[in-house]
Amino acid sequence: MSLSGAWYLGLAAIVFTIGAIGLMVRRNVLIMFMCIELMLNAANLTFVTFARMLHDIGGQAVVFFVLVVAAAEVVVGLGIVVTNFRRRATTVADDLDSLKG
Amino acid sequence: MVHATLLLASTRPTWPDILVFAASAAVILVGAVGVVTSRNPVHAALSLVMTLFGVAVLFIEQEADFLAAVQIIVYAGAIVVLFLFVIMFLGVDRAEDISVEPLMGQRPLAFVFSAITLGGVLAMAATAHWVTGARQVVGPIEGHVAGPNSPAGEPAQLGKQLFTTYLFAFEATAALLVIAVVGAVVLARRPPTVHAEQEDTTDSELSA
Repeated sequence: MSLSGAWYLGLAAIVFTIGAIGLMVRRNVLIMFMCIELMLNAANLTFVTFARMLHDIGGQAVVFFVLVVAAAEVVVGLGIVVTNFRRRATTVADDLDSLKG
Repeated sequence: MVHATLLLASTRPTWPDILVFAASAAVILVGAVGVVTSRNPVHAALSLVMTLFGVAVLFIEQEADFLAAVQIIVYAGAIVVLFLFVIMFLGVDRAEDISVEPLMGQRPLAFVFSAITLGGVLAMAATAHWVTGARQVVGPIEGHVAGPNSPAGEPAQLGKQLFTTYLFAFEATAALLVIAVVGAVVLARRPPTVHAEQEDTTDSELSA
């Protein structure tokens, strides 16, 4: 028998917080994307934990969809990063200040 | 009330379970901190792989074997490789200076608000039940799908639910992936109005 779900959920909360801090603190767009992946993984871990605690396959099915959405998000996001890099030669979010008044 | 007693009736974990959880939790946390603190994007991507492997181990520990395999194949095999490809393609695999704080007071504020949120969530969870509700609404995690000779186990159940209960969502993800592919192609394409000989001068002008 595995550990109680509280341990897994606590770990997921900590990982989500680390990802959120990274998203707020870092300026490199690529690393900000990786922090989003961290947060999505923390959410996946909670879904799998709830699936085990309730003995319900529904939680695992949701994880499947989260994976698909994460893949689509990364594809489009990195496409935007590459397009932007061609114009401005930077991946730092602070340098994208064309709309600044 | 069956579910409350069943949730509390879990047997005591054995020491291999504790060892596996502790090891993967350490791997996950070290990787997560590595993603945030790495100065080189390549190191951040490799730390992300570390975290993803740890999460996959915890998936296996929680009877989600199929999702663990998908996690490795899709995340570590596709998404991180895509990240690394873009990092190498753009040539931004240099260490950057993260000691300067571009926005005054942003980092302390980010830490304070994140700590408040995390502490609130953990305190709320410690004083309340982690999970409530009916058990097995969609279906059991394991078991035979139809008859005694039919496929059994967690992948079979997951497949059955994906193509029955979640069929609409499944089709919607198909549409989403097609949209993402079209979007990526449109973004990656250079503007057709610029001719090949003009393109070099335009690029140099833009980067200048």
